Amino acid sequence: MKTKLSLLLFFFSAFMIESCVSKTPTHKEKLDLQELTKNQPEEHGAEVKPGDIQLTYPLNDQWVTEGKSIYDVKCSSCHKLTDEKLVGPGWKGVTKRRSPEWIINMVTNVDMMLEKDPVAQRLLEDCLVRMPNQNLNRDEARKVLEFQRKNDGE
Amino acid sequence: MSHRKLMASLALTAVAAGALYSCKPKGAQAAVSGDAAEKAYVAPGKYDEFYNIVSGGFNGQLGIYGIPSGRLFRVVPVFSQSTESGYGFSEETKPMLNTSHGFVPWDDLHHLAISETNGEHDGRWVFVNGNNTPRIARIDLSTFRTAEIIEIPNSAGNHSSPFITENSEYVVAGTRFSVPLDDQNGDVPINTYKQNFRGTVSFIHPDPTTGNMSIAFQIKTPGVNFDLARAGKGKSHGWMFFSCYNTEKANTLLEVNASAKDKDFIMAVNWKKAEEYLKAGKGKKEAVKYAHNVYNESTHTATSTMMNEVTTLDPKECPDMLYFIPCPKSPHGCDTDPTGEYIVGSGKLAALIPVFSFTKIQQAIANKTYDGDYDGIPVIKYDAALYGEVQKPGLGPLHTEFDGKGNAYTSMFVSSEIVKWNIKDLKVLDRVPTYYSIGHLSIPGGPTAKPYGKYVIAYNKITKDRYLPTGPELTQSAQLYDISGDKMKLILDFPTNGEPHYAEAIPASMLMSKQRKIYKIEENMHPFVAKGEGQTKVVRNGNRVDVYMTAIRSHLTPDNIEGVKIGDEVFFHVTNLEQDWDVPHGFAVKGANNAEILIMPGETQTLAFKPDRVGIFPFYCTDFCSALHQEMQGYLRVSPAGSNVALLFSTGKNNGATANPADSSKAKTTKP
Ligand SMILES: [Cu+2]
Repeated sequence: MKTKLSLLLFFFSAFMIESCVSKTPTHKEKLDLQELTKNQPEEHGAEVKPGDIQLTYPLNDQWVTEGKSIYDVKCSSCHKLTDEKLVGPGWKGVTKRRSPEWIINMVTNVDMMLEKDPVAQRLLEDCLVRMPNQNLNRDEARKVLEFQRKNDGE
Repeated sequence: MSHRKLMASLALTAVAAGALYSCKPKGAQAAVSGDAAEKAYVAPGKYDEFYNIVSGGFNGQLGIYGIPSGRLFRVVPVFSQSTESGYGFSEETKPMLNTSHGFVPWDDLHHLAISETNGEHDGRWVFVNGNNTPRIARIDLSTFRTAEIIEIPNSAGNHSSPFITENSEYVVAGTRFSVPLDDQNGDVPINTYKQNFRGTVSFIHPDPTTGNMSIAFQIKTPGVNFDLARAGKGKSHGWMFFSCYNTEKANTLLEVNASAKDKDFIMAVNWKKAEEYLKAGKGKKEAVKYAHNVYNESTHTATSTMMNEVTTLDPKECPDMLYFIPCPKSPHGCDTDPTGEYIVGSGKLAALIPVFSFTKIQQAIANKTYDGDYDGIPVIKYDAALYGEVQKPGLGPLHTEFDGKGNAYTSMFVSSEIVKWNIKDLKVLDRVPTYYSIGHLSIPGGPTAKPYGKYVIAYNKITKDRYLPTGPELTQSAQLYDISGDKMKLILDFPTNGEPHYAEAIPASMLMSKQRKIYKIEENMHPFVAKGEGQTKVVRNGNRVDVYMTAIRSHLTPDNIEGVKIGDEVFFHVTNLEQDWDVPHGFAVKGANNAEILIMPGETQTLAFKPDRVGIFPFYCTDFCSALHQEMQGYLRVSPAGSNVALLFSTGKNNGATANPADSSKAKTTKP
């Protein structure tokens, strides 16, 4: 029942069972439960493609502030703002090392990243803890990115 | 004893033993047809078609199984503390088990009722009864957690409950034992039963939006024992039918003394009439004491409120509200068919099954076709209420469910079988053995106006010789039968947790679409939450030490705590910072007399701990959460009473040695 260790070892996505099956059963219809639960993207999970994220100058101060409060609650347990590794890598310089799309996908679509992105896979080998899905939507991840840019001295 | 005599007596013993077992059906293997495995097989990675919600009986819990596979998914603690989830052990959930008698950590859970809209399951809540210390609980089917428990005053042995009306207007609770009511002096000789003992049936109203329960009214009744009940539906909506035994009003050796009469009763309650009497001010407020416990999902904390008043209706002042219908020999089940026209009584000791007609009952009332009265309540003539009798159905009929195609299925305890019969012509159509001594049975949607009618599940009392033995206690079990054809076919045995009493089954798609995955950390309103490691701290207030702790793969913060002393009580408030499905963390500290806790993503739960000796007390996460789970650990230092070790807490860097040891009042933090 627990996904944990096996997921860790084989970084496959086992999470097919996702939200919002709105269909209610009727007595006549034959139900296909497997069908019902397919194509149910998590609210935060759509892939971000190059060009989807616009970096603007100067930084959006409100996003920086909001990104900081999200960081405090959901990220700070594992990521320091320096280059020191805690559970995950320190954030110093992350916006120079990685593309904005890479960062947002790593936050909002970690299953896909661990399945096909070689850098993400290498990081899992280093850290041995899956980047958890912290249930951020794309807007929230974008604000965290703004805070990371600020942290990197932009 | 000569050799011959010995042999003869042995032979006699063998015959006697054979006779004892002769009520058990033979040829279990022959009863299973060739394609059984295929029908019950759910391949790895596939879902079951139905959720089966099964009473755990004396374990006070509910089991959640898949049908047709029989796989156990979860045990939901309701009236009992749980050594899996920490329910009833954590400070937040202890109030759920509070009663007017104090903390009751283990009760007996028998029946359940899934909420209904228009006579069909709506999949919102399931109501269950606590038998011993009378209570009704509501479980939320989006979390599979107990959301609310209400105690029932003026009741003892809450067996005849819960049964639900077709739009969830009421959940009823009938007392098994009649007793002196709560506002009477109960210090009376037991053999004054007939003068002093009374029964009640309670009508509990769940709020249509929140589900929150309140006792709308109680009806006082003669001092009989109430066994089971069912609501009318369709044309009989507005009525509730309760089976009664011990109409002899015996107070000792009920086995004999409560089986003296040829017929006991089904009590018919016109609850729409009761509502009119309430409106007309016939209700009497009485002083009682009962607990009402509610779990708040945003504070992750339960509160227990002691209530002190209930409204009662006395049938003496409310004519045309109650009627008795004679029913042969200690009726148990009392089940209404999907149309609401037929009420099936199951006399445990009767050799037939009486089927009553709602239409005829109404005519009998209109024409006053009575057979006198019982304590002032009209007794309808048996023949005037009877539609017909199923002759020779088997031995020991207990419960009946329906397939929605005009057939009824009755469990036969003594002859260990399920008997299928036609409601219209009352002819027996089929019978299959069960292994052994079936109690309740369940058809998906079976008690509703629209059964799904694909399976019937038998819940058995005895499993001797069916499973690998495990010492003196053998598993309880259920058996699954395919009823899609004319003949019932046994397709699966599956063990159950606790003793299965009643169960209901509901299409998986109604529940799986709305399962809660996490608690949003932003919405956590727990008074001791730490939303992020920045908010972790340790606070002393006299002898009380509150630890605001967080858990995330793979560390606890703080994980070094010093400055706790003998005489302190430490409250570990652990917030799980994870926001992903299926990532709970656990928490345990050495020597805790209480328990462990398990914390869902985004939730806060509290373990209270009173150290008993000086030393280092390790703590750790008990739920395997990551590759570094074994590293998810920490230390609490406990110093002697009066020691001046400063209160210190940290994760990552412990600069404790450099702290001012003399300053024990000021908390010092070292951040990672
Ligand atoms: Cu853990």
